[in-house]
Amino acid sequence: MLQNNTTGYRIFSVINQVLMIGLSLLCVLPVLHTLAISFSSSSAAAAGYVTLWPVEFTWKSYEFVIAKPEFLRAMCVTVLRVLLGVAINMLLTIIIAYPLSKEARVFRWRTVYVWFFVFTILFHGGLIPTYIVVKNLGLIDTIWALVLPGAVPVFNVILLLNFFRTLPKELEEAAAIDGAGHGTILWRLYVPLSLPALATVTLFTIVGHWNSWFDGLIYMNRPEHYPLQSYLQTVVIQNDLALLSSTDLELLQTISDRTTKAAQIFLAALPVLLVYPFLQRYFVKGIVVGSVKE
Amino acid sequence: MRARKNRELPLHLMLLPGVVLVLLFSYGPMLGIVMAFQEFVPTKGIFGSSLSGWDNFLYVMELPGTFRVLFNTVYIAVMKIIAGIVVPVTVALLLNELRRSWLRRGVQTLIYLPHFMSWIILGGILIDILSPSHGIVGRFLGLFGIEPIFFLGDNGWFPYVLVISNEWKEFGFSSIVYLAALTGINPSLYEAAVVDGAGRWKQTRHITLPGILPIIILLSTLSLGQILNAGFDQVFNLYSPQVYESGDILDTLVYRIGLVDAQYGVAAAIGLFKSVISFFFIVISYWMAYRLANYRIF
Repeated sequence: MLQNNTTGYRIFSVINQVLMIGLSLLCVLPVLHTLAISFSSSSAAAAGYVTLWPVEFTWKSYEFVIAKPEFLRAMCVTVLRVLLGVAINMLLTIIIAYPLSKEARVFRWRTVYVWFFVFTILFHGGLIPTYIVVKNLGLIDTIWALVLPGAVPVFNVILLLNFFRTLPKELEEAAAIDGAGHGTILWRLYVPLSLPALATVTLFTIVGHWNSWFDGLIYMNRPEHYPLQSYLQTVVIQNDLALLSSTDLELLQTISDRTTKAAQIFLAALPVLLVYPFLQRYFVKGIVVGSVKE
Repeated sequence: MRARKNRELPLHLMLLPGVVLVLLFSYGPMLGIVMAFQEFVPTKGIFGSSLSGWDNFLYVMELPGTFRVLFNTVYIAVMKIIAGIVVPVTVALLLNELRRSWLRRGVQTLIYLPHFMSWIILGGILIDILSPSHGIVGRFLGLFGIEPIFFLGDNGWFPYVLVISNEWKEFGFSSIVYLAALTGINPSLYEAAVVDGAGRWKQTRHITLPGILPIIILLSTLSLGQILNAGFDQVFNLYSPQVYESGDILDTLVYRIGLVDAQYGVAAAIGLFKSVISFFFIVISYWMAYRLANYRIF
């Protein structure tokens, strides 16, 4: 800001810059290290020669992973889940946030509905009763078990309803005088005006569905129904060799467990890494608008 | 009056699908809490199983590891809450001092990144780099003559690995709100301070810190509601039987007793205990946030 040219401040500035660069490296170096391992030969990886650059560069691990039917199937389940889940989540977020953004004098039941939804943030039935409900509804081993239990994201609803409330009332009144109903006001007025907030919420929803793993693990009895992250959980974290076929095991001796794990980790992170830079500037704005209030 | 009713009807219809889904998947499981007081047999269901009163709770109390698990949960959660305030505030203050805007934006982009990756991916990376046999952290420590440490298999280290790796994932993202608060501080305050001869440090102490204090208080009180959430996703993907002693938390215990051992009633009892205590802490934290920072969620 002002008057920063004392020697002490200059020294601080230099140290600060180094520190901040260091912190950001700390956040990406582990990912780059994994990337380097995934492209290295198994012997180099095993011998510990790899740091941030591939040693004896090879595509072998990726060829192996991509040729695996389990990996592809899990990827398909995830893509389906993201498409279906994001569509349902966003539709519900919008049509729930709109009525709740009305004032109580316009919509008398508002407070009742608000508490009905907010109470679910405060109190949960817990893991086991939720599992039993999903099971009794016959959703086990279907994609709906991954999509429906979390269909109403109450936090996103609150974020969006707070955003809706910042929109000027006059617009809505003018439209109402021209004969617009709630549907028109919502879809032709509110939604187009809320694109930054909607972009933020959509990004979080996409990432949320892409990254979910626990529901896949418990609601899917058969590994071929696992979404990608649940599949990875069993292969990379639990080291479950039972899921590998015998030909896989033979191949593994030639390409090493470590490089294939790295390749799978990187492939699963890739979509997030690709979308993220483009949406990054949106979400910073969106979060600020939604969370910091006057 | 009729006209008003007609105007409200579409609003009810819009809420209907959400209400049905929430009734099924949020309020439905709340009814299922009865299981905690039953000798639950899956084939008989909630209506067919016999009531057992407080038996499940007594059984849990008598399990040798229960209090250890409760302690782990609170211990890890509290350390995470403290680190989750101190580190992001410090980082936001330091980031705010970066004058080159390209550098600042670059740093921000990179430190938000880990937040968007799942604990499966980060867990996979951590397991690899922390491995005592081939992990790069071990090799790095080796340069200083330090013997490889089995970070994920050592009860002394494990809770700290949890806290540090969680902070690694979240500190950047958590700093966003503080950065937003910093940009909201009136610049004329700094000008006035400079006229009065305040240096950079004094400006920070007397203007910047008080300026973001409300949001610090707000987020600290709200985090109180998380006191029994030590982070299931993270612990589940990093722990192993070797570190159950220091790393087992209520959520992982519920998973093992309920879904692995199929003792539904017992697991539901632990889950209910957690839900009830958490409910009180969340309500208290929202109430405090309202009193201290005038915060309302909607």
